[in-house]
Amino acid sequence: MSEILSFNHITFSYTPENAEARKAVQDVSFSVNQGEWIAIVGHNGSGKSTMAKLMCGLLFPEQGEVRIKRDVLTEENLWEIRSQIGMVFQNPDNQFVGATVQDDVAFSLENNGVPYEEMVIRVKEALEQVKMEGFINHEPHHLSGGQKQRVAIAGALAMYPQILILDEATSMLDPQGREEVLKTVQALREKIGLTVLSITHDLEEALLADRVIFMNDGKKYAEGTPAEIFALGDQLVDFGLDLPFATKMTKLLQAQGVQLVGQHMTEEELVNDLWTSNFNK
Amino acid sequence: MMEKMIFGRYIPGNSFVHQLDPRSKLIFVFAFIIIVFLANNIVTYAILLAFTLFVILMSRIRLYFLVNGLKPVIFLMAFTFILHILMNKEGAVLLDLGFMKIHEEGLKQGIFISMRFLVLVFITSILTLTTSPISITDGLETLLNPLKKIKLPVHELALMMSISLRFIPTLMDETDKIMKAQMARGSDLSAGPLKDRLKAVVPLLVPLFVSAFKRAEDLATAMEVRGYRGGEGRTRYRQLKWDIKDTMSLVLLLAVAATLWLLRN
Repeated sequence: MSEILSFNHITFSYTPENAEARKAVQDVSFSVNQGEWIAIVGHNGSGKSTMAKLMCGLLFPEQGEVRIKRDVLTEENLWEIRSQIGMVFQNPDNQFVGATVQDDVAFSLENNGVPYEEMVIRVKEALEQVKMEGFINHEPHHLSGGQKQRVAIAGALAMYPQILILDEATSMLDPQGREEVLKTVQALREKIGLTVLSITHDLEEALLADRVIFMNDGKKYAEGTPAEIFALGDQLVDFGLDLPFATKMTKLLQAQGVQLVGQHMTEEELVNDLWTSNFNK
Repeated sequence: MMEKMIFGRYIPGNSFVHQLDPRSKLIFVFAFIIIVFLANNIVTYAILLAFTLFVILMSRIRLYFLVNGLKPVIFLMAFTFILHILMNKEGAVLLDLGFMKIHEEGLKQGIFISMRFLVLVFITSILTLTTSPISITDGLETLLNPLKKIKLPVHELALMMSISLRFIPTLMDETDKIMKAQMARGSDLSAGPLKDRLKAVVPLLVPLFVSAFKRAEDLATAMEVRGYRGGEGRTRYRQLKWDIKDTMSLVLLLAVAATLWLLRN
């Protein structure tokens, strides 16, 4: 598998003139392979959103370098690299530029000078991929939050990006909208092999990832598969993160003396273990 | 409800007028505003009125919406009408009320001026009723394109306008929410003397402005990430198509103008 994005000892501070001040991101390194789904988790102020901004060149690191497909991100290749990265932000309303769904999807294409005939094809294609083709002429205020986020994903997809970054893209949605969006991303990943980087404090969302990077106080605290990260248990709770429901449930059951082996991350795993737990005695 | 006030102005449809290119409609309206001043006798005003009725018929807009559009200018119309009746002392006396006399010319001019208002309001209303705000923006952008040469930021202005239009409903929703939140805390927006009511608006505007600035910042970030770097090298997804219909409607207007020119005093 080839590497598609890497952080190389990145340090960033919003107040560089003050050397004493806490760095927003401090000496963070990691790399992402093509087709992987990485979740970056951490509580508020842990530096995870700053990392998203560093990835697409909205901010430049004080030290270290960001590489996209082995190219170091610089002022010169900024626009070239941005066209390869799709980003979906937190607030569904504040990233909807166009007057209607199709205009919004076409926005990045217009910016990059794609000819009209091709735009029409790409807009249709992108909307089909997120199953919003029936809403082509809808105005944003007639869409739900989840639908708006799917349009935002379509807007990113129209550019045929290499990487899709979700910057807390589901945090303002209701459970139904969240599921809509995550299902869409999952399907896309299977279909077109998109690399996904989701920045989130929702651990249920992090469960979908191949790898989780756990940020605390601007530093990388841990990195591993979701199972490895959730095995940290109480440490996560100490850092202000909520464990997935099933993991919490297991802990409480164990405290009550129920014999359960190991960790459970999804409800299904827990239920399966619960009703077979008596056989293991 | 507030949404209806602004967006109710555009009535989607599929009439001849709806199908016209926004550019031709804009040119039509601007030209019409000038042409109206050509009329100066009964025949020419009759032609003008007949033509306006024809356009209304073609647009298939219900008269109710047009009359609605008249409301803001009805006072102005009445005022100029009365002014003409009182001040114009030419022609034969039609009615002698003792303290004042109504002259023939005064009545005629009064009716003409009111008619002028009427057709102007009707035609401009038809423009906004049959063209969505975003199409008008597109049309204006293309029409004003030559002004780029004198450094007028046409693209930027058009983008600003379309983003404003896009955010009106969003901000309306927000106002509604803030209003309810303040009402739940006991602020009364609908009662009391004017001074108190104005004061009650302040706690409504401050949060609205704060959130609008936050939105603007988020939107700017999103636009930058999506590769927006000004109008240079940009292509357009919204295409305007100049049809034979558009040429036809402008030719028709030209014919009307020529007739008015010939028949005026």
